[in-house]
Amino acid sequence: MKIKLTSASYSVRSIKFSFCSNLLAKPRKPSLFLGRGIEIILFFSYFKDLVGREVTVELKNDLAIRGTLHSVDQYLNIKLENTRVVDQDKYPHMLSVRNCFIRGSVVRYVQLPPDGVDIELLHDATRREARGG
Amino acid sequence: MSWAGPDDIFLSTSLATYLDKKLLVLLRDGRKLLGLLRSFDQFANVVLEGACERVIVGNLYCDVPLGLYVIRGENVVLIGELDLEKEELPPHMTAVSEAEIKRAQKAEREATDLKGSMRKRMEFLDFD
Repeated sequence: MKIKLTSASYSVRSIKFSFCSNLLAKPRKPSLFLGRGIEIILFFSYFKDLVGREVTVELKNDLAIRGTLHSVDQYLNIKLENTRVVDQDKYPHMLSVRNCFIRGSVVRYVQLPPDGVDIELLHDATRREARGG
Repeated sequence: MSWAGPDDIFLSTSLATYLDKKLLVLLRDGRKLLGLLRSFDQFANVVLEGACERVIVGNLYCDVPLGLYVIRGENVVLIGELDLEKEELPPHMTAVSEAEIKRAQKAEREATDLKGSMRKRMEFLDFD
């Protein structure tokens, strides 16, 4: 019984060591194959295809900005060009802003042109991810 | 699926194209900061040099100088590049001193508080 105990404590020690070495390892880019990661990638790919289209981004602080989608990233941060604020009189400080970077975490809606959405393609992609996830 | 590296700064959502430019940063608490972007990172933490807060109350505004600012990314709403050829503010707005804008802010705050308390009183009456 004594031998069993010591072997158990040895294996616990070895597990602890490998966990620590992972923390010390160089930070890797997020894996694309985690459960939650797949849904994020779907919209990232979708927005990448919409680059160059005119969209209206509504933020959580109720500010709505219309502009051409320049780029998007993994956090769904958005860069818009040729921007115009929808209700310009309410936001005078935005008068001379023509390009902006919007943090993904503050976006409430992204309003798209009606012909910008291939609903069937999106539907199929979602069904595929749901089945695989 | 390729991840944007440092080479595709023209296509990616990197803030590198805004370096050393005069920017307007909107914060979650509604503040508007202007300044030169000196540094940033993947969390949208930014360093603004020569930062000033543009306080706008109605048709009055004032730029309050703040100096060197490090802003934590979670508070950033929007980072806008100011077009130097265009007017930053509509012509009907007038610049006032710091003391005056503080007075105007206080008056606005009191007005919204009063509106809020009156509404609370009406809700209390609650006509069914």
